[in-house]
Amino acid sequence: MSFWEYANPRRFMAFTDRVMGPAFVLAGVALSFGLVWGFFFTPNDFRQGSTVKIIYLHVPSAFMAINIWVMMLVTSLVWLIRRHHVSALAAKAAAPVGVTMTLIALMTGAIWGQPMWGTFWVWDPRLTSFLILFLFYLGYMALWSAIDDPDTAADLTSVLCLVGSVFAFLSRYAVNFWNQGLHQGASLSLDKEENISDVFWLPLVVCLAGFIFLFLALVLLRTRSEIRKRRVHAITVRERAA
Amino acid sequence: MKGLLQRDLRLAIRAGGGFGLALAFFLIVVILVPFGVGPSADVLAPIAPGVLWLGALLACLLSLDRIFATDYEDGSLEFLATAPVPLEGVVAVKALAHWLTTGLPLTLAAPVFGVFLNLPSGGYGWLVASLALGTPALSMIGAFGAALTVGLKRGGLLLSLLVLPLYIPTLIFGADTVRRGVDGLEAGTSLILMTGITLGTLALLPFAGAAALRVNLR
Repeated sequence: MSFWEYANPRRFMAFTDRVMGPAFVLAGVALSFGLVWGFFFTPNDFRQGSTVKIIYLHVPSAFMAINIWVMMLVTSLVWLIRRHHVSALAAKAAAPVGVTMTLIALMTGAIWGQPMWGTFWVWDPRLTSFLILFLFYLGYMALWSAIDDPDTAADLTSVLCLVGSVFAFLSRYAVNFWNQGLHQGASLSLDKEENISDVFWLPLVVCLAGFIFLFLALVLLRTRSEIRKRRVHAITVRERAA
Repeated sequence: MKGLLQRDLRLAIRAGGGFGLALAFFLIVVILVPFGVGPSADVLAPIAPGVLWLGALLACLLSLDRIFATDYEDGSLEFLATAPVPLEGVVAVKALAHWLTTGLPLTLAAPVFGVFLNLPSGGYGWLVASLALGTPALSMIGAFGAALTVGLKRGGLLLSLLVLPLYIPTLIFGADTVRRGVDGLEAGTSLILMTGITLGTLALLPFAGAAALRVNLR
């Protein structure tokens, strides 16, 4: 029994049928628990007041926005190397979730920035690199929807994802060069002396887990519907030929 | 490969459109800017480096879809794919031909356009140097984008959406070089970083472009 067994669509469907429900439940429980805990049972920050609480949406969505792209990179590589269709479809299914996460991170940041920094938007390196990431997601999805043949589309978007990853990484560090930032540095790292206080940290971890489960559930749901769409397409083609 | 380069250059010059059009477009962008922001030298001088780089970048974008599209339509791209030259080499040569017909003229004309925008005197050398070293990356990235979208009916708009985000690092360092040169700061660092990006794209993107072409010719 190896991991690659699930490259078989039938196995994948059977397995995800069992996994998807619990993932949705876990996401719902963790998110409602974490958000209620974070919003109502944590103290206000000494300086930021109650605005600090947007952290429970902002940080997990930003975290997911980056990691979903990494997941798309991995699944694209799997498609290019091993030609498993499920992998390509998972990358396709993840992109709209990723772009939504990027948008949530940008918008919660803007809502927080207005009272705290006095502006919705500054050309800060972190903000700018997220905007660039947003553009990469848009281009990737546009290329998927522009090509009719599914295998060609999967190949070309995978190549774009590889090249785009390199350039997204380059841009991430190029913008540091270009402007100084307002955004605070990392305060969640595991190896640092000075980090965020546990009072905020614990509900944040619960929210992070909720976002991860939510992504898992959504991407499985979307991959399953992509697979079903393929099957329906195959059936209609066969019927037309008969 | 030399023959391919000569053929592409000849086609670009004689068929019209490619060669002069990018320059004319660059000129128009540069002329439109003072209408938008006002003619005062105090306003124009600080934004001149960025506008010149943006103009060159957009002018470069204009002729990208021609790199492969015409060859794809008349079938000569399939001949090139089966020819003894590696397809990676074809992509690189095509990008080189594109650079010779757009990037190089843009670089040579940029100082003249800099005068229109009151570019301060310290910036001219850096402008030419950064464009000369940066525009090859624009052509190479563009050739990759063109290879991705060659099979599409209306790939032009999609091509811009795909290629422009990839231009960001080059634009950042290129415009930064000129700005630092104008301010009398140390501009070499940006120039070197941008050249690094250019060399990286020249080394790697022919492979990505050839992979995309193979998929499209399948």
